[in-house]
Amino acid sequence: MNAIVSRRMTVVAGLAVALGFMGVTSAMADELDDIVKAGVIKVGIFEDFPPFSSAGADMQSQGYDIDVINALAAALGVKPELTGITGQNRIPSLTEHKLNLLVSVGVSDERKKVVAFTAPYAPYSIDVMGPKSLMVKGPADLAGKSIAVNRGTLEDTSVTDVAPADADIQRFNDYNGVISAFLSGQVQLMVVGNDVGASVLAKQPDIEPESKFQLLNSPSAMAINQGEDRLLAKLDETLATMKKDGTLDAISKKWLFIPLPPEL
Amino acid sequence: MGYELDFGALAQHFGLFLEGTAVTLGLTAVAAILGVVLGIAGAAGRGSRIKWLRKAIAVYVELIRNTPFIVQMFFIFFGLPSLGLRLSALQAAALAMVINLTAYAIEILRAGLEAVPDGQREAGRSLGLRPLLLFVLIILPQALANVYPALTGQIVITMLESAVVSQIAVVDLTHVADFIQSRNFRAFETYLAITLIYLALAVGLRRLLAYAGRGLYAGRVR
Repeated sequence: MNAIVSRRMTVVAGLAVALGFMGVTSAMADELDDIVKAGVIKVGIFEDFPPFSSAGADMQSQGYDIDVINALAAALGVKPELTGITGQNRIPSLTEHKLNLLVSVGVSDERKKVVAFTAPYAPYSIDVMGPKSLMVKGPADLAGKSIAVNRGTLEDTSVTDVAPADADIQRFNDYNGVISAFLSGQVQLMVVGNDVGASVLAKQPDIEPESKFQLLNSPSAMAINQGEDRLLAKLDETLATMKKDGTLDAISKKWLFIPLPPEL
Repeated sequence: MGYELDFGALAQHFGLFLEGTAVTLGLTAVAAILGVVLGIAGAAGRGSRIKWLRKAIAVYVELIRNTPFIVQMFFIFFGLPSLGLRLSALQAAALAMVINLTAYAIEILRAGLEAVPDGQREAGRSLGLRPLLLFVLIILPQALANVYPALTGQIVITMLESAVVSQIAVVDLTHVADFIQSRNFRAFETYLAITLIYLALAVGLRRLLAYAGRGLYAGRVR
Protein backbone atom coordinates (compact mmCIF):
# COMPACT_ATOMS: atom_id res chain seq x y z
CA MET A 1 0.00 0.00 0.00
CA ASN A 2 2.62 2.43 1.08
CA ALA A 3 4.79 1.42 -1.83
CA ILE A 4 1.97 2.09 -4.29
CA VAL A 5 1.27 5.44 -2.76
CA SER A 6 4.88 6.39 -2.87
CA ARG A 7 5.22 5.19 -6.46
CA ARG A 8 2.20 7.27 -7.40
CA MET A 9 3.75 10.17 -5.61
CA THR A 10 6.88 9.69 -7.67
CA VAL A 11 4.89 9.72 -10.89
CA VAL A 12 2.99 12.82 -9.82
CA ALA A 13 6.17 14.50 -8.75
CA GLY A 14 7.81 13.57 -12.04
CA LEU A 15 4.88 14.95 -13.98
CA ALA A 16 4.95 18.11 -11.93
CA VAL A 17 8.64 18.56 -12.64
CA ALA A 18 8.09 17.87 -16.35
CA LEU A 19 5.22 20.36 -16.48
CA GLY A 20 7.30 22.80 -14.55
CA PHE A 21 10.06 22.53 -17.13
CA MET A 22 7.52 22.99 -19.90
CA GLY A 23 6.30 26.07 -18.12
CA VAL A 24 9.79 27.37 -17.84
CA THR A 25 10.66 26.55 -21.44
CA SER A 26 7.51 28.24 -22.73
CA ALA A 27 8.32 31.25 -20.62
CA MET A 28 11.82 31.21 -21.99
CA ALA A 29 10.43 31.20 -25.51
CA ASP A 30 9.39 34.43 -27.11
CA GLU A 31 6.38 35.92 -25.35
CA LEU A 32 5.06 37.56 -28.53
CA ASP A 33 4.92 34.12 -30.20
CA ASP A 34 3.17 32.68 -27.14
CA ILE A 35 0.54 35.42 -27.19
CA VAL A 36 -0.14 35.04 -30.88
CA LYS A 37 -0.23 31.24 -30.59
CA ALA A 38 -2.66 31.35 -27.65
CA GLY A 39 -4.72 34.00 -29.40
CA VAL A 40 -5.02 35.81 -26.09
CA ILE A 41 -3.12 38.64 -24.42
CA LYS A 42 -3.50 38.69 -20.65
CA VAL A 43 -3.68 42.24 -19.32
CA GLY A 44 -3.86 43.43 -15.73
CA ILE A 45 -6.18 46.39 -15.19
CA PHE A 46 -7.35 48.44 -12.25
CA GLU A 47 -11.03 47.86 -11.58
CA ASP A 48 -11.65 51.23 -9.97
CA PHE A 49 -9.58 53.86 -11.71
CA PRO A 50 -11.91 56.01 -13.78
CA PRO A 51 -11.67 57.35 -16.40
CA PHE A 52 -8.81 55.00 -17.29
CA SER A 53 -10.44 51.79 -16.23
CA SER A 54 -13.58 51.11 -14.24
CA ALA A 55 -16.79 49.12 -14.42
CA GLY A 56 -19.56 50.67 -16.51
CA ALA A 57 -23.29 50.41 -15.87
CA ASP A 58 -23.27 46.97 -17.49
CA MET A 59 -20.37 45.87 -15.21
CA GLN A 60 -18.10 45.65 -18.25
CA SER A 61 -14.76 47.37 -17.84
CA GLN A 62 -14.50 50.62 -19.74
CA GLY A 63 -12.18 53.57 -20.04
CA TYR A 64 -9.08 54.94 -21.69
CA ASP A 65 -6.99 51.86 -20.86
CA ILE A 66 -9.65 49.46 -22.08
CA ASP A 67 -9.95 51.20 -25.45
CA VAL A 68 -6.17 51.17 -25.85
CA ILE A 69 -5.96 47.49 -24.90
CA ASN A 70 -8.67 46.59 -27.41
CA ALA A 71 -6.87 48.49 -30.17
CA LEU A 72 -3.54 46.84 -29.28
CA ALA A 73 -5.07 43.36 -29.18
CA ALA A 74 -6.69 43.94 -32.56
CA ALA A 75 -3.31 44.97 -33.99
CA LEU A 76 -1.76 41.76 -32.64
CA GLY A 77 -4.69 39.73 -33.93
CA VAL A 78 -5.55 38.35 -30.49
CA LYS A 79 -8.27 38.69 -27.89
CA PRO A 80 -7.67 40.66 -24.69
CA GLU A 81 -8.19 38.83 -21.40
CA LEU A 82 -8.64 41.41 -18.64
CA THR A 83 -7.76 40.60 -15.05
CA GLY A 84 -8.44 42.93 -12.13
CA ILE A 85 -5.27 43.71 -10.19
CA THR A 86 -4.23 46.00 -7.36
CA GLY A 87 -1.29 48.36 -7.16
CA GLN A 88 0.45 45.97 -4.78
CA ASN A 89 0.12 42.71 -6.69
CA ARG A 90 0.39 43.76 -10.29
CA ILE A 91 4.14 43.77 -10.81
CA PRO A 92 4.57 40.32 -9.17
CA SER A 93 1.68 39.03 -11.32
CA LEU A 94 3.57 40.18 -14.39
CA THR A 95 6.98 38.86 -13.41
CA GLU A 96 5.40 35.52 -12.42
CA HIS A 97 4.03 35.35 -15.99
CA LYS A 98 0.41 35.30 -14.87
CA LEU A 99 -0.03 38.35 -17.07
CA ASN A 100 1.55 39.53 -20.32
CA LEU A 101 0.99 43.24 -19.94
CA LEU A 102 0.28 45.96 -17.39
CA VAL A 103 -1.28 49.33 -18.21
CA SER A 104 -1.33 52.65 -16.34
CA VAL A 105 2.13 52.19 -14.92
CA GLY A 106 4.08 55.26 -13.85
CA VAL A 107 7.66 55.10 -15.12
CA SER A 108 10.24 55.07 -12.34
CA ASP A 109 13.86 54.00 -12.07
CA GLU A 110 12.98 51.50 -9.36
CA ARG A 111 10.42 49.79 -11.59
CA LYS A 112 12.81 49.82 -14.56
CA LYS A 113 14.95 47.31 -12.66
CA VAL A 114 12.08 44.79 -12.67
CA VAL A 115 10.01 45.40 -15.79
CA ALA A 116 10.40 46.86 -19.26
CA PHE A 117 8.41 49.94 -20.26
CA THR A 118 6.78 50.76 -23.58
CA ALA A 119 6.58 54.34 -24.80
CA PRO A 120 4.12 56.42 -22.75
CA TYR A 121 0.57 56.11 -24.07
CA ALA A 122 -1.59 58.16 -21.67
CA PRO A 123 -1.21 61.61 -20.12
CA TYR A 124 -1.04 61.71 -16.38
CA SER A 125 -0.53 65.03 -14.70
CA ILE A 126 -1.43 67.05 -11.64
CA ASP A 127 -2.90 70.35 -12.75
CA VAL A 128 -4.03 73.61 -11.22
CA MET A 129 -7.47 74.00 -12.78
CA GLY A 130 -9.56 77.14 -12.90
CA PRO A 131 -12.22 78.92 -14.92
CA LYS A 132 -11.19 80.22 -18.32
CA SER A 133 -11.81 83.82 -17.20
CA LEU A 134 -9.33 83.66 -14.31
CA MET A 135 -5.74 84.63 -15.16
CA VAL A 136 -3.35 82.16 -13.57
CA LYS A 137 -0.08 81.28 -15.30
CA GLY A 138 2.20 79.99 -12.57
CA PRO A 139 2.63 79.47 -8.85
CA ALA A 140 3.13 83.22 -8.18
CA ASP A 141 -0.38 83.90 -9.49
CA LEU A 142 -1.82 81.73 -6.72
CA ALA A 143 -1.32 84.63 -4.28
CA GLY A 144 -4.61 85.62 -2.71
CA LYS A 145 -6.51 82.90 -4.57
CA SER A 146 -8.59 80.21 -2.89
CA ILE A 147 -7.57 76.71 -3.93
CA ALA A 148 -9.28 73.41 -3.10
CA VAL A 149 -7.23 70.24 -2.65
CA ASN A 150 -7.78 66.76 -1.29
CA ARG A 151 -5.98 66.77 2.04
CA GLY A 152 -2.75 64.85 2.36
CA THR A 153 -2.54 63.84 -1.30
CA LEU A 154 0.34 64.48 -3.67
CA GLU A 155 -1.71 67.42 -5.00
CA ASP A 156 -1.88 68.93 -1.51
CA THR A 157 1.82 68.66 -0.78
CA SER A 158 2.97 69.74 -4.23
CA VAL A 159 0.81 72.89 -4.32
CA THR A 160 1.65 73.73 -0.71
CA ASP A 161 5.34 73.62 -1.66
CA VAL A 162 5.07 76.15 -4.47
CA ALA A 163 2.17 78.43 -3.46
CA PRO A 164 2.89 81.88 -1.96
CA ALA A 165 2.12 82.29 1.74
CA ASP A 166 -1.08 84.24 1.19
CA ALA A 167 -2.66 81.61 -1.08
CA ASP A 168 -5.78 80.28 0.65
CA ILE A 169 -5.39 76.52 0.34
CA GLN A 170 -8.57 74.80 1.51
CA ARG A 171 -8.19 71.14 2.29
CA PHE A 172 -11.14 68.81 1.82
CA ASN A 173 -11.55 65.22 2.86
CA ASP A 174 -12.21 63.72 -0.54
CA TYR A 175 -12.45 64.58 -4.23
CA ASN A 176 -16.20 65.10 -3.98
CA GLY A 177 -15.60 67.95 -1.54
CA VAL A 178 -12.92 69.43 -3.79
CA ILE A 179 -15.07 69.23 -6.92
CA SER A 180 -18.22 70.53 -5.19
CA ALA A 181 -16.35 73.47 -3.68
CA PHE A 182 -14.93 74.31 -7.10
CA LEU A 183 -18.14 73.92 -9.08
CA SER A 184 -20.22 75.86 -6.54
CA GLY A 185 -17.72 78.71 -6.69
CA GLN A 186 -16.66 78.39 -3.06
CA VAL A 187 -13.06 78.29 -4.29
CA GLN A 188 -11.48 79.81 -7.39
CA LEU A 189 -9.07 77.01 -8.27
CA MET A 190 -8.52 73.36 -7.58
CA VAL A 191 -5.54 71.06 -7.84
CA VAL A 192 -6.34 67.56 -9.10
CA GLY A 193 -4.93 64.79 -11.25
CA ASN A 194 -6.20 64.76 -14.83
CA ASP A 195 -8.19 61.61 -13.98
CA VAL A 196 -10.27 63.57 -11.47
CA GLY A 197 -10.22 66.67 -13.66
CA ALA A 198 -11.87 64.64 -16.43
CA SER A 199 -14.92 64.05 -14.25
CA VAL A 200 -15.27 67.83 -13.85
CA LEU A 201 -14.76 68.51 -17.56
CA ALA A 202 -17.36 65.84 -18.30
CA LYS A 203 -19.98 67.99 -16.55
CA GLN A 204 -19.23 70.90 -18.94
CA PRO A 205 -19.83 73.62 -16.35
CA ASP A 206 -20.47 77.21 -17.51
CA ILE A 207 -17.17 78.45 -16.08
CA GLU A 208 -15.26 76.41 -18.69
CA PRO A 209 -12.53 75.03 -16.45
CA GLU A 210 -9.12 74.46 -17.94
CA SER A 211 -5.64 73.49 -16.81
CA LYS A 212 -3.76 76.64 -15.75
CA PHE A 213 -0.39 75.01 -15.24
CA GLN A 214 1.00 71.61 -14.34
CA LEU A 215 2.55 70.77 -11.00
CA LEU A 216 3.64 67.33 -12.08
CA ASN A 217 3.71 65.52 -15.40
CA SER A 218 4.28 61.79 -15.48
CA PRO A 219 2.63 60.10 -18.47
CA SER A 220 1.62 56.46 -17.97
CA ALA A 221 3.32 53.68 -19.86
CA MET A 222 2.72 49.96 -20.24
CA ALA A 223 4.95 47.38 -18.64
CA ILE A 224 5.99 43.93 -19.86
CA ASN A 225 8.56 41.44 -18.70
CA GLN A 226 12.20 42.23 -19.27
CA GLY A 227 14.00 40.61 -22.17
CA GLU A 228 10.93 40.41 -24.39
CA ASP A 229 12.36 42.70 -27.04
CA ARG A 230 10.16 41.52 -29.89
CA LEU A 231 6.97 42.07 -27.85
CA LEU A 232 8.23 45.48 -26.74
CA ALA A 233 9.05 46.49 -30.32
CA LYS A 234 5.65 45.32 -31.54
CA LEU A 235 3.82 47.24 -28.79
CA ASP A 236 5.83 50.41 -29.38
CA GLU A 237 5.26 50.15 -33.10
CA THR A 238 1.51 49.77 -32.58
CA LEU A 239 1.39 52.67 -30.11
CA ALA A 240 3.33 54.85 -32.56
CA THR A 241 0.79 54.04 -35.27
CA MET A 242 -2.09 54.83 -32.91
CA LYS A 243 -0.52 58.20 -32.10
CA LYS A 244 0.02 58.96 -35.79
CA ASP A 245 -3.40 57.95 -37.07
CA GLY A 246 -5.30 59.81 -34.34
CA THR A 247 -6.64 56.74 -32.52
CA LEU A 248 -5.03 57.76 -29.20
CA ASP A 249 -6.11 61.36 -29.66
CA ALA A 250 -9.71 60.23 -30.09
CA ILE A 251 -9.46 58.04 -26.98
CA SER A 252 -8.03 60.96 -25.00
CA LYS A 253 -10.83 63.27 -26.10
CA LYS A 254 -13.41 60.61 -25.33
CA TRP A 255 -12.27 59.85 -21.76
CA LEU A 256 -10.15 62.80 -20.59
CA PHE A 257 -11.92 65.57 -22.56
CA ILE A 258 -8.55 66.90 -23.69
CA PRO A 259 -6.57 66.27 -26.89
CA LEU A 260 -3.56 63.99 -26.59
CA PRO A 261 -0.65 66.16 -25.38
CA PRO A 262 1.85 66.64 -28.24
CA GLU A 263 4.81 65.42 -26.13
CA LEU A 264 3.39 61.88 -25.99
CA MET B 1 7.30 45.12 18.40
CA GLY B 2 4.65 47.50 19.60
CA TYR B 3 3.84 50.93 18.31
CA GLU B 4 6.03 53.60 19.79
CA LEU B 5 4.26 56.78 20.70
CA ASP B 6 6.07 59.90 19.61
CA PHE B 7 4.41 63.05 20.85
CA GLY B 8 7.49 65.07 19.95
CA ALA B 9 6.15 65.12 16.37
CA LEU B 10 3.14 67.09 17.61
CA ALA B 11 4.96 69.71 19.64
CA GLN B 12 5.91 71.77 16.60
CA HIS B 13 2.20 72.04 15.71
CA PHE B 14 1.22 73.51 19.08
CA GLY B 15 0.13 76.78 17.49
CA LEU B 16 -2.14 74.94 15.02
CA PHE B 17 -3.82 73.01 17.85
CA LEU B 18 -4.41 76.32 19.63
CA GLU B 19 -5.87 77.85 16.49
CA GLY B 20 -8.18 74.89 15.95
CA THR B 21 -9.35 74.94 19.54
CA ALA B 22 -10.13 78.65 19.25
CA VAL B 23 -12.21 78.08 16.11
CA THR B 24 -14.12 75.21 17.71
CA LEU B 25 -14.83 77.25 20.85
CA GLY B 26 -15.75 80.35 18.85
CA LEU B 27 -18.23 78.44 16.70
CA THR B 28 -19.70 76.83 19.82
CA ALA B 29 -20.09 80.21 21.55
CA VAL B 30 -21.89 81.73 18.56
CA ALA B 31 -24.12 78.68 18.20
CA ALA B 32 -24.89 78.50 21.93
CA ILE B 33 -25.80 82.18 22.38
CA LEU B 34 -27.83 82.59 19.19
CA GLY B 35 -29.25 79.08 19.44
CA VAL B 36 -30.60 79.54 22.96
CA VAL B 37 -31.98 83.05 22.28
CA LEU B 38 -33.68 81.90 19.10
CA GLY B 39 -34.73 78.72 20.88
CA ILE B 40 -36.53 80.75 23.56
CA ALA B 41 -38.26 82.83 20.91
CA GLY B 42 -39.20 79.72 18.98
CA ALA B 43 -40.50 77.90 22.04
CA ALA B 44 -42.59 80.94 22.97
CA GLY B 45 -43.85 81.05 19.38
CA ARG B 46 -44.88 77.42 19.52
CA GLY B 47 -47.15 78.23 22.44
CA SER B 48 -48.63 81.30 20.75
CA ARG B 49 -52.20 81.68 19.54
CA ILE B 50 -51.12 82.40 15.97
CA LYS B 51 -51.73 79.17 14.11
CA TRP B 52 -49.42 79.65 11.10
CA LEU B 53 -46.54 80.61 13.40
CA ARG B 54 -47.03 77.44 15.47
CA LYS B 55 -47.15 75.36 12.28
CA ALA B 56 -44.09 77.02 10.75
CA ILE B 57 -41.99 76.48 13.87
CA ALA B 58 -43.16 72.87 14.13
CA VAL B 59 -42.13 72.22 10.51
CA TYR B 60 -38.72 73.82 11.09
CA VAL B 61 -38.09 71.78 14.24
CA GLU B 62 -39.09 68.52 12.58
CA LEU B 63 -37.08 69.28 9.43
CA ILE B 64 -33.87 69.99 11.32
CA ARG B 65 -34.20 67.32 13.97
CA ASN B 66 -34.86 64.61 11.40
CA THR B 67 -32.00 65.32 9.01
CA PRO B 68 -28.25 64.85 9.57
CA PHE B 69 -26.25 67.89 10.60
CA ILE B 70 -23.62 67.29 7.94
CA VAL B 71 -26.30 67.32 5.22
CA GLN B 72 -27.69 70.62 6.52
CA MET B 73 -24.20 72.09 6.46
CA PHE B 74 -23.45 70.77 2.93
CA PHE B 75 -26.74 72.26 1.78
CA ILE B 76 -25.74 75.68 3.09
CA PHE B 77 -22.15 75.54 1.85
CA PHE B 78 -22.44 73.70 -1.47
CA GLY B 79 -26.15 74.15 -2.22
CA LEU B 80 -26.97 77.78 -1.50
CA PRO B 81 -24.32 79.23 -3.89
CA SER B 82 -26.44 77.98 -6.80
CA LEU B 83 -29.26 80.14 -5.40
CA GLY B 84 -26.87 83.09 -5.31
CA LEU B 85 -26.05 83.04 -1.59
CA ARG B 86 -22.35 82.38 -1.07
CA LEU B 87 -21.13 82.12 2.50
CA SER B 88 -17.56 81.51 3.54
CA ALA B 89 -16.84 78.14 5.11
CA LEU B 90 -16.74 79.66 8.58
CA GLN B 91 -20.01 81.55 8.07
CA ALA B 92 -21.69 78.45 6.65
CA ALA B 93 -20.49 76.35 9.59
CA ALA B 94 -21.70 78.90 12.15
CA LEU B 95 -25.06 79.26 10.43
CA ALA B 96 -25.53 75.50 10.24
CA MET B 97 -24.71 75.11 13.94
CA VAL B 98 -27.10 77.90 14.95
CA ILE B 99 -29.89 76.46 12.82
CA ASN B 100 -29.28 73.01 14.24
CA LEU B 101 -29.02 73.98 17.90
CA THR B 102 -32.04 76.30 17.65
CA ALA B 103 -34.27 73.43 16.58
CA TYR B 104 -33.22 71.26 19.50
CA ALA B 105 -33.40 74.19 21.93
CA ILE B 106 -36.97 74.96 20.84
CA GLU B 107 -38.03 71.41 21.56
CA ILE B 108 -36.22 71.29 24.92
CA LEU B 109 -37.53 74.69 26.05
CA ARG B 110 -41.06 73.87 24.93
CA ALA B 111 -41.04 70.99 27.39
CA GLY B 112 -39.67 73.39 30.04
CA LEU B 113 -42.43 75.91 29.37
CA GLU B 114 -45.17 73.31 29.44
CA ALA B 115 -43.92 72.06 32.79
CA VAL B 116 -44.42 75.45 34.45
CA PRO B 117 -47.68 75.13 36.46
CA ASP B 118 -50.63 77.17 35.15
CA GLY B 119 -51.01 78.69 38.61
CA GLN B 120 -47.79 80.67 38.08
CA ARG B 121 -49.21 82.31 34.97
CA GLU B 122 -52.49 83.07 36.70
CA ALA B 123 -50.71 84.49 39.74
CA GLY B 124 -48.63 86.77 37.52
CA ARG B 125 -51.66 87.92 35.60
CA SER B 126 -53.57 88.66 38.82
CA LEU B 127 -50.61 90.82 39.88
CA GLY B 128 -51.23 92.86 36.75
CA LEU B 129 -48.05 91.88 34.84
CA ARG B 130 -48.12 92.50 31.11
CA PRO B 131 -47.68 89.33 29.00
CA LEU B 132 -44.04 90.06 28.02
CA LEU B 133 -42.97 90.77 31.59
CA LEU B 134 -44.92 87.77 32.80
CA PHE B 135 -43.00 85.59 30.34
CA VAL B 136 -39.57 87.05 31.05
CA LEU B 137 -39.85 87.36 34.84
CA ILE B 138 -42.06 84.46 35.90
CA ILE B 139 -42.36 81.77 33.23
CA LEU B 140 -38.97 81.75 31.48
CA PRO B 141 -36.71 81.41 34.54
CA GLN B 142 -38.73 78.46 35.77
CA ALA B 143 -38.82 76.90 32.30
CA LEU B 144 -35.06 77.27 31.98
CA ALA B 145 -34.53 75.74 35.42
CA ASN B 146 -36.76 72.81 34.46
CA VAL B 147 -34.66 71.84 31.44
CA TYR B 148 -31.27 73.41 32.15
CA PRO B 149 -29.28 70.15 32.23
CA ALA B 150 -30.87 69.02 28.94
CA LEU B 151 -30.11 72.38 27.36
CA THR B 152 -26.47 72.45 28.44
CA GLY B 153 -26.13 68.84 27.29
CA GLN B 154 -27.35 69.87 23.85
CA ILE B 155 -24.82 72.70 23.72
CA VAL B 156 -22.01 70.27 24.53
CA ILE B 157 -23.31 67.89 21.84
CA THR B 158 -23.30 70.78 19.37
CA MET B 159 -19.69 71.50 20.20
CA LEU B 160 -18.68 67.86 19.71
CA GLU B 161 -20.71 67.58 16.50
CA SER B 162 -18.94 70.65 15.19
CA ALA B 163 -16.09 68.29 14.31
CA VAL B 164 -17.82 67.72 10.95
CA VAL B 165 -17.29 71.36 9.91
CA SER B 166 -13.79 70.19 9.00
CA GLN B 167 -15.50 68.61 5.98
CA ILE B 168 -16.02 72.02 4.39
CA ALA B 169 -12.43 73.00 5.16
CA VAL B 170 -13.12 75.06 8.28
CA VAL B 171 -9.88 74.92 10.23
CA ASP B 172 -11.37 73.64 13.49
CA LEU B 173 -9.75 71.23 15.92
CA THR B 174 -10.59 68.16 13.84
CA HIS B 175 -9.36 69.77 10.63
CA VAL B 176 -6.09 70.63 12.35
CA ALA B 177 -5.69 67.00 13.42
CA ASP B 178 -6.50 65.70 9.92
CA PHE B 179 -4.00 68.15 8.48
CA ILE B 180 -1.21 67.26 10.90
CA GLN B 181 -1.65 63.53 10.58
CA SER B 182 -1.73 63.76 6.77
CA ARG B 183 1.76 65.31 7.01
CA ASN B 184 3.48 63.31 9.71
CA PHE B 185 1.36 60.10 9.56
CA ARG B 186 1.28 60.03 13.36
CA ALA B 187 -2.45 59.36 13.36
CA PHE B 188 -2.55 57.70 16.77
CA GLU B 189 -0.82 60.51 18.65
CA THR B 190 -2.66 63.25 16.76
CA TYR B 191 -6.15 61.87 17.32
CA LEU B 192 -5.32 60.97 20.90
CA ALA B 193 -4.28 64.56 21.46
CA ILE B 194 -7.48 66.05 20.05
CA THR B 195 -9.58 63.45 21.88
CA LEU B 196 -8.11 64.74 25.13
CA ILE B 197 -8.61 68.35 24.05
CA TYR B 198 -12.27 67.68 23.16
CA LEU B 199 -12.74 65.86 26.46
CA ALA B 200 -11.28 68.78 28.40
CA LEU B 201 -13.38 71.25 26.43
CA ALA B 202 -16.59 69.28 27.00
CA VAL B 203 -16.03 68.80 30.71
CA GLY B 204 -14.98 72.43 31.10
CA LEU B 205 -17.97 73.70 29.14
CA ARG B 206 -20.39 71.57 31.19
CA ARG B 207 -18.89 72.94 34.43
CA LEU B 208 -18.97 76.51 33.18
CA LEU B 209 -22.60 76.25 32.13
CA ALA B 210 -23.57 74.60 35.41
CA TYR B 211 -21.83 77.42 37.27
CA ALA B 212 -23.47 80.06 35.10
CA GLY B 213 -26.91 78.52 35.64
CA ARG B 214 -26.77 78.05 39.41
CA GLY B 215 -28.80 81.27 39.91
CA LEU B 216 -31.76 79.62 38.19
CA TYR B 217 -32.28 77.36 41.15
CA ALA B 218 -32.22 80.10 43.79
CA GLY B 219 -34.98 79.52 46.32
CA ARG B 220 -35.80 76.10 44.92
CA VAL B 221 -36.17 73.12 47.18
CA ARG B 222 -34.01 70.44 45.59
